[in-house]
Amino acid sequence: MRLSADQIILWQHGFIKLNGTIAFTWALMFVLVAGSWLVTRNLSTGLQRSRWQNLLEIVVTGIVQQIDEVGLRNPRQYLGFLGTLFLFVASACVCTIIPGYEPPTGSLSTTAALALCVFVVVPFFGIREQGVGGYLKSFIEPTIIMLPFNIISELSRTLALAVRLFGNMMSGTMILAILLTITPLIFPILMSALGLLTGMVQAYIFTILAAVYIAAATRGSKAKAA
Amino acid sequence: MDSMTLIAIASIVTAGLTIALGSIGPALGEGRAVATALSSLAQQPDAGSTITRTLFVGLAMIESIAIYCFVVSMILIFANPFWNYAIAHAAGK
Repeated sequence: MRLSADQIILWQHGFIKLNGTIAFTWALMFVLVAGSWLVTRNLSTGLQRSRWQNLLEIVVTGIVQQIDEVGLRNPRQYLGFLGTLFLFVASACVCTIIPGYEPPTGSLSTTAALALCVFVVVPFFGIREQGVGGYLKSFIEPTIIMLPFNIISELSRTLALAVRLFGNMMSGTMILAILLTITPLIFPILMSALGLLTGMVQAYIFTILAAVYIAAATRGSKAKAA
Repeated sequence: MDSMTLIAIASIVTAGLTIALGSIGPALGEGRAVATALSSLAQQPDAGSTITRTLFVGLAMIESIAIYCFVVSMILIFANPFWNYAIAHAAGK
Protein backbone atom coordinates (compact mmCIF):
# COMPACT_ATOMS: atom_id res chain seq x y z
CA MET A 1 0.00 0.00 0.00
CA ARG A 2 1.18 3.53 -0.78
CA LEU A 3 1.86 5.64 2.28
CA SER A 4 2.29 8.94 0.43
CA ALA A 5 2.60 10.49 -3.01
CA ASP A 6 6.36 9.95 -2.72
CA GLN A 7 6.04 6.54 -4.29
CA ILE A 8 4.49 7.80 -7.54
CA ILE A 9 7.55 8.16 -9.78
CA LEU A 10 6.68 10.26 -12.81
CA TRP A 11 10.11 10.66 -14.34
CA GLN A 12 13.53 9.38 -13.43
CA HIS A 13 16.97 10.16 -14.74
CA GLY A 14 19.74 8.52 -12.77
CA PHE A 15 19.74 9.90 -9.25
CA ILE A 16 17.19 12.65 -9.98
CA LYS A 17 13.59 11.58 -9.48
CA LEU A 18 10.41 13.52 -10.11
CA ASN A 19 7.85 12.03 -7.75
CA GLY A 20 4.19 12.82 -7.21
CA THR A 21 4.85 15.01 -4.17
CA ILE A 22 7.06 17.40 -6.11
CA ALA A 23 4.69 17.48 -9.08
CA PHE A 24 1.63 18.23 -6.91
CA THR A 25 3.59 20.86 -4.96
CA TRP A 26 4.57 22.58 -8.20
CA ALA A 27 1.01 22.43 -9.45
CA LEU A 28 -0.25 23.98 -6.20
CA MET A 29 2.44 26.67 -6.33
CA PHE A 30 1.51 27.44 -9.90
CA VAL A 31 -2.20 27.69 -9.10
CA LEU A 32 -1.61 29.90 -6.05
CA VAL A 33 0.87 32.21 -7.75
CA ALA A 34 -1.01 32.46 -11.05
CA GLY A 35 -4.31 32.95 -9.24
CA SER A 36 -2.93 35.74 -7.05
CA TRP A 37 -1.27 37.34 -10.07
CA LEU A 38 -4.50 37.23 -12.09
CA VAL A 39 -6.55 38.71 -9.24
CA THR A 40 -4.10 41.45 -8.26
CA ARG A 41 -3.43 42.51 -11.87
CA ASN A 42 -6.01 45.26 -11.79
CA LEU A 43 -6.95 46.11 -8.24
CA SER A 44 -9.39 48.91 -7.60
CA THR A 45 -9.76 51.09 -4.54
CA GLY A 46 -13.22 52.35 -5.45
CA LEU A 47 -16.58 50.88 -4.58
CA GLN A 48 -16.65 48.70 -7.67
CA ARG A 49 -14.51 45.66 -6.97
CA SER A 50 -14.27 42.34 -8.68
CA ARG A 51 -15.52 39.26 -6.88
CA TRP A 52 -12.07 37.73 -6.76
CA GLN A 53 -10.57 40.84 -5.24
CA ASN A 54 -13.22 40.66 -2.52
CA LEU A 55 -12.28 37.03 -1.86
CA LEU A 56 -8.56 37.80 -1.57
CA GLU A 57 -9.25 40.78 0.68
CA ILE A 58 -11.33 38.61 3.00
CA VAL A 59 -8.56 36.00 3.14
CA VAL A 60 -5.77 38.51 3.76
CA THR A 61 -7.60 40.55 6.38
CA GLY A 62 -8.75 37.34 8.09
CA ILE A 63 -5.17 36.06 8.37
CA VAL A 64 -3.95 39.46 9.60
CA GLN A 65 -6.65 39.50 12.27
CA GLN A 66 -5.79 35.97 13.43
CA ILE A 67 -2.06 36.82 13.65
CA ASP A 68 -2.94 39.97 15.56
CA GLU A 69 -5.01 38.01 18.08
CA VAL A 70 -2.07 35.73 18.83
CA GLY A 71 -0.23 38.77 20.15
CA LEU A 72 2.26 39.63 17.43
CA ARG A 73 2.76 43.34 16.96
CA ASN A 74 2.83 44.60 13.35
CA PRO A 75 1.07 41.53 11.91
CA ARG A 76 1.60 42.82 8.35
CA GLN A 77 5.31 42.17 8.79
CA TYR A 78 4.73 38.43 9.26
CA LEU A 79 1.86 38.15 6.78
CA GLY A 80 4.10 37.03 3.92
CA PHE A 81 5.48 34.01 5.74
CA LEU A 82 2.51 32.93 7.87
CA GLY A 83 -0.05 33.63 5.17
CA THR A 84 1.88 31.59 2.63
CA LEU A 85 2.15 28.69 5.09
CA PHE A 86 -1.59 28.77 5.74
CA LEU A 87 -2.61 29.11 2.09
CA PHE A 88 -0.30 26.30 0.98
CA VAL A 89 -1.36 23.82 3.65
CA ALA A 90 -5.04 24.74 3.31
CA SER A 91 -5.09 24.49 -0.48
CA ALA A 92 -3.12 21.23 -0.31
CA CYS A 93 -5.96 19.87 1.81
CA VAL A 94 -8.90 21.41 -0.07
CA CYS A 95 -7.66 20.12 -3.43
CA THR A 96 -8.16 16.53 -2.21
CA ILE A 97 -11.69 16.76 -3.64
CA ILE A 98 -10.09 16.58 -7.10
CA PRO A 99 -9.89 12.91 -8.13
CA GLY A 100 -6.38 11.57 -8.67
CA TYR A 101 -4.83 14.24 -6.49
CA GLU A 102 -2.85 13.28 -3.41
CA PRO A 103 -1.95 15.98 -0.89
CA PRO A 104 1.77 16.81 -0.93
CA THR A 105 1.49 17.49 2.81
CA GLY A 106 0.82 13.76 3.24
CA SER A 107 4.52 13.21 2.66
CA LEU A 108 6.99 13.63 5.50
CA SER A 109 9.45 15.44 3.19
CA THR A 110 7.05 18.33 2.56
CA THR A 111 6.01 18.75 6.19
CA ALA A 112 9.62 18.49 7.35
CA ALA A 113 10.54 21.23 4.87
CA LEU A 114 7.72 23.46 6.16
CA ALA A 115 8.72 22.81 9.78
CA LEU A 116 12.36 23.59 8.96
CA CYS A 117 11.22 26.92 7.46
CA VAL A 118 9.58 27.71 10.81
CA PHE A 119 12.71 26.52 12.63
CA VAL A 120 14.87 28.96 10.63
CA VAL A 121 12.44 31.87 10.63
CA VAL A 122 11.86 31.98 14.41
CA PRO A 123 15.50 32.92 15.28
CA PHE A 124 15.56 35.25 12.27
CA PHE A 125 12.62 37.31 13.50
CA GLY A 126 13.82 37.00 17.10
CA ILE A 127 17.26 38.40 16.23
CA ARG A 128 15.75 41.13 14.08
CA GLU A 129 13.53 42.28 16.94
CA GLN A 130 15.82 41.87 19.94
CA GLY A 131 19.34 41.62 18.51
CA VAL A 132 21.62 38.59 18.77
CA GLY A 133 22.30 39.02 22.48
CA GLY A 134 18.67 39.55 23.37
CA TYR A 135 17.56 36.49 21.46
CA LEU A 136 20.30 34.23 22.87
CA LYS A 137 19.50 35.50 26.35
CA SER A 138 15.96 34.12 26.00
CA PHE A 139 17.49 30.62 26.10
CA ILE A 140 18.76 31.12 29.66
CA GLU A 141 15.61 32.99 30.64
CA PRO A 142 14.65 31.78 34.13
CA THR A 143 18.07 30.33 35.03
CA ILE A 144 21.03 28.91 33.15
CA ILE A 145 19.93 25.40 34.18
CA MET A 146 17.10 25.67 31.65
CA LEU A 147 19.52 26.03 28.70
CA PRO A 148 19.51 22.36 27.54
CA PHE A 149 15.74 22.09 27.99
CA ASN A 150 15.14 25.22 25.94
CA ILE A 151 17.31 23.85 23.14
CA ILE A 152 15.55 20.48 23.28
CA SER A 153 12.14 22.16 23.16
CA GLU A 154 13.25 24.18 20.12
CA LEU A 155 14.15 20.95 18.30
CA SER A 156 11.27 18.79 19.50
CA ARG A 157 8.60 21.30 18.56
CA THR A 158 9.98 21.36 15.02
CA LEU A 159 9.70 17.58 14.91
CA ALA A 160 6.20 17.78 16.39
CA LEU A 161 5.10 20.32 13.76
CA ALA A 162 6.31 18.08 10.95
CA VAL A 163 4.93 14.79 12.27
CA ARG A 164 1.58 16.30 13.30
CA LEU A 165 0.77 17.64 9.85
CA PHE A 166 2.14 14.53 8.14
CA GLY A 167 0.21 12.17 10.42
CA ASN A 168 -3.07 14.00 9.99
CA MET A 169 -2.92 14.23 6.22
CA MET A 170 -1.53 10.72 5.80
CA SER A 171 -4.14 9.22 8.12
CA GLY A 172 -6.89 10.88 6.10
CA THR A 173 -5.87 9.26 2.82
CA MET A 174 -5.00 5.99 4.57
CA ILE A 175 -8.37 5.66 6.32
CA LEU A 176 -10.08 6.47 3.02
CA ALA A 177 -8.13 3.73 1.25
CA ILE A 178 -8.92 1.17 3.97
CA LEU A 179 -12.62 2.13 4.01
CA LEU A 180 -12.85 1.79 0.22
CA THR A 181 -11.95 -1.87 0.60
CA ILE A 182 -14.40 -2.50 3.48
CA THR A 183 -17.49 -0.31 2.94
CA PRO A 184 -17.17 1.31 -0.48
CA LEU A 185 -20.67 2.76 -0.71
CA ILE A 186 -21.35 5.97 1.29
CA PHE A 187 -19.05 5.93 4.28
CA PRO A 188 -15.89 7.08 2.42
CA ILE A 189 -17.70 10.31 1.43
CA LEU A 190 -18.38 11.14 5.08
CA MET A 191 -14.79 10.40 6.00
CA SER A 192 -13.45 12.57 3.17
CA ALA A 193 -15.69 15.42 4.34
CA LEU A 194 -14.23 14.94 7.81
CA GLY A 195 -10.77 14.87 6.21
CA LEU A 196 -11.44 18.30 4.64
CA LEU A 197 -12.35 19.68 8.07
CA THR A 198 -9.27 18.15 9.74
CA GLY A 199 -7.08 19.51 6.98
CA MET A 200 -8.38 23.05 7.45
CA VAL A 201 -7.96 22.78 11.23
CA GLN A 202 -4.42 21.50 10.76
CA ALA A 203 -3.58 24.37 8.39
CA TYR A 204 -4.90 26.78 11.01
CA ILE A 205 -2.99 25.02 13.80
CA PHE A 206 0.26 25.01 11.83
CA THR A 207 0.02 28.74 11.16
CA ILE A 208 -1.06 29.65 14.68
CA LEU A 209 1.72 27.56 16.25
CA ALA A 210 4.30 29.21 13.97
CA ALA A 211 2.87 32.61 14.98
CA VAL A 212 3.02 31.65 18.67
CA TYR A 213 6.66 30.56 18.34
CA ILE A 214 7.56 33.79 16.54
CA ALA A 215 5.69 35.79 19.18
CA ALA A 216 7.61 34.00 21.96
CA ALA A 217 10.92 34.71 20.22
CA THR A 218 10.21 38.37 19.45
CA ARG A 219 8.65 39.42 22.75
CA GLY A 220 11.15 38.08 25.27
CA SER A 221 12.54 40.79 27.46
CA LYS A 222 10.29 43.58 26.19
CA ALA A 223 7.18 41.95 27.60
CA LYS A 224 8.84 41.87 31.00
CA ALA A 225 9.78 45.52 30.82
CA ALA A 226 6.28 46.56 29.80
CA MET B 1 8.95 -20.47 13.64
CA ASP B 2 11.50 -18.70 11.51
CA SER B 3 12.49 -15.09 12.04
CA MET B 4 10.08 -13.76 9.37
CA THR B 5 7.06 -15.15 11.21
CA LEU B 6 8.35 -13.80 14.51
CA ILE B 7 8.86 -10.35 13.01
CA ALA B 8 5.37 -10.42 11.48
CA ILE B 9 3.71 -11.47 14.76
CA ALA B 10 5.65 -8.92 16.81
CA SER B 11 4.90 -6.10 14.34
CA ILE B 12 1.18 -6.75 14.06
CA VAL B 13 0.63 -7.22 17.78
CA THR B 14 2.72 -4.16 18.61
CA ALA B 15 0.90 -2.04 16.02
CA GLY B 16 -2.47 -2.94 17.54
CA LEU B 17 -1.23 -2.33 21.08
CA THR B 18 0.34 1.00 20.07
CA ILE B 19 -2.81 2.47 18.64
CA ALA B 20 -5.04 0.93 21.35
CA LEU B 21 -3.04 2.08 24.37
CA GLY B 22 -1.88 5.29 22.74
CA SER B 23 -5.39 6.55 22.06
CA ILE B 24 -6.60 6.16 25.67
CA GLY B 25 -4.67 9.11 27.06
CA PRO B 26 -5.44 11.62 24.28
CA ALA B 27 -9.12 10.57 24.33
CA LEU B 28 -9.39 11.30 28.05
CA GLY B 29 -7.45 14.54 27.64
CA GLU B 30 -9.59 15.76 24.73
CA GLY B 31 -12.77 14.94 26.64
CA ARG B 32 -11.60 16.96 29.61
CA ALA B 33 -10.50 19.85 27.41
CA VAL B 34 -13.80 20.03 25.52
CA ALA B 35 -15.85 19.71 28.73
CA THR B 36 -13.95 22.55 30.39
CA ALA B 37 -14.18 24.70 27.27
CA LEU B 38 -17.93 24.12 27.06
CA SER B 39 -18.51 25.09 30.67
CA SER B 40 -16.42 28.23 30.29
CA LEU B 41 -18.30 29.04 27.07
CA ALA B 42 -21.56 28.74 29.00
CA GLN B 43 -20.25 31.07 31.69
CA GLN B 44 -18.71 33.63 29.36
CA PRO B 45 -20.22 33.56 25.87
CA ASP B 46 -18.51 36.89 25.07
CA ALA B 47 -15.06 35.29 25.18
CA GLY B 48 -16.24 32.65 22.72
CA SER B 49 -13.76 33.34 19.93
CA THR B 50 -10.73 33.30 22.24
CA ILE B 51 -11.87 30.13 23.99
CA THR B 52 -12.60 28.38 20.71
CA ARG B 53 -9.23 29.30 19.23
CA THR B 54 -7.32 28.18 22.30
CA LEU B 55 -9.41 25.02 22.39
CA PHE B 56 -8.60 24.16 18.79
CA VAL B 57 -4.89 24.74 19.27
CA GLY B 58 -4.92 22.68 22.47
CA LEU B 59 -6.95 19.89 20.88
CA ALA B 60 -4.51 19.66 18.00
CA MET B 61 -1.59 19.48 20.43
CA ILE B 62 -3.29 16.71 22.41
CA GLU B 63 -4.35 14.90 19.29
CA SER B 64 -0.83 14.90 17.94
CA ILE B 65 0.08 12.35 20.65
CA ALA B 66 -2.49 9.97 19.20
CA ILE B 67 -1.25 10.83 15.71
CA TYR B 68 2.30 9.85 16.69
CA CYS B 69 0.99 6.45 17.82
CA PHE B 70 -0.91 6.13 14.55
CA VAL B 71 2.20 6.94 12.52
CA VAL B 72 4.23 4.37 14.46
CA SER B 73 1.65 1.65 13.95
CA MET B 74 1.31 2.49 10.25
CA ILE B 75 5.10 2.25 9.89
CA LEU B 76 5.03 -1.10 11.69
CA ILE B 77 2.38 -2.48 9.34
CA PHE B 78 3.11 -0.91 5.94
CA ALA B 79 6.74 0.21 6.00
CA ASN B 80 8.38 -2.06 8.56
CA PRO B 81 12.18 -1.66 8.35
CA PHE B 82 12.86 -4.99 10.14
CA TRP B 83 10.54 -6.84 7.78
CA ASN B 84 12.24 -5.26 4.76
CA TYR B 85 15.63 -6.22 6.21
CA ALA B 86 14.51 -9.83 6.74
CA ILE B 87 13.18 -10.02 3.17
CA ALA B 88 16.41 -8.60 1.78
CA HIS B 89 18.38 -11.03 3.94
CA ALA B 90 16.30 -14.02 2.76
CA ALA B 91 16.61 -12.95 -0.88
CA GLY B 92 20.36 -12.63 -0.58
CA LYS B 93 20.74 -16.14 0.79
